[in-house]
Amino acid sequence: MNYVLPMVGLAAGTLAFRLVGPYLRSRTTISPRVERLVSIAVAVIFVALIATSALIVDYGFAGFACPAGVLVAAVLAWRTASFVTIVVAAAATTATLRWFGVA
Amino acid sequence: MRSIWRTRRDIGLVCLADGLVGASFGAIAVGAGLPMWVPLAMSVLVFAGAAQFIVVGVLAAGGNPLAAMAGALLVNARLIPLGYSVGDSLGEVSWPRKILGAHLVTDESVAFAAAEPDPQRRRSTFWLCGVGLFVAWNIGVLGGAFLGGRITDTAALGLDAAFPAVLIALVAPALRDPLTRNTALLGAVIAVAAALILPPGLPVLLALAAVVPAFVATKATA
Repeated sequence: MNYVLPMVGLAAGTLAFRLVGPYLRSRTTISPRVERLVSIAVAVIFVALIATSALIVDYGFAGFACPAGVLVAAVLAWRTASFVTIVVAAAATTATLRWFGVA
Repeated sequence: MRSIWRTRRDIGLVCLADGLVGASFGAIAVGAGLPMWVPLAMSVLVFAGAAQFIVVGVLAAGGNPLAAMAGALLVNARLIPLGYSVGDSLGEVSWPRKILGAHLVTDESVAFAAAEPDPQRRRSTFWLCGVGLFVAWNIGVLGGAFLGGRITDTAALGLDAAFPAVLIALVAPALRDPLTRNTALLGAVIAVAAALILPPGLPVLLALAAVVPAFVATKATA
């Protein structure tokens, strides 16, 4: 099977996606309200990515180890822990649970 | 407000984790029997981790390369709104620079930029994170592709929890705003429900429907 064409298509399509946003933005002046909605939309994308990557793998529940680590991160972030603490604690929680055999 | 030194250290940590995941990507891709150039070219030209893993997953399972491309493009569609949000950091520069900068739009580079209120700082943070991740990711993939299966099991290191944690740490300050928080929680419920039945990429796009109530709410207060 030839990989060249799909790879070129994927690279070109991805770059097009990445250029559309900055292009549209440079062509429009946006109101404070739209500015606020864009910030909210970005938060929605990130929280949706967090939730789906923590909970779902292959259309089913991901197991307890990963959500537990992400939950630890959420609690620490809410208590305004440092970035490094949040990230390392999440990875350490998940890694420790897996070490003890929790999926 | 984040100090510059702290931001640099935090970006460094994410680059390190990204490099490790890149190494596992390279090793998995070569282990799946793909020609060496496929993971290397993809990492330079596509530079989007989730999409790259989907391509390798589909191809390793004997799937059609065009189906792999379509699945990966679906996952990358979120880069349109993310690119829009950092568009101000790419304004007023020449087109070659704009294209280069757009290529550096990733979840992490946008999240780091979004956490900076000052436009000047937002711009420098976006570029620093974008370039750092690009270098770390490609070195990782190169190392993994050549050294093979020594770092394939990033799950044992808990790195699958580290990436959501990075986003949590960066998005948390924005979630102190009640409207943002409620909208994001609604979006997360939509995304998780959708992820049980729809292919990756679509759930996150559907989550954006949660912005509609916020749209109405801001109209009422404006």
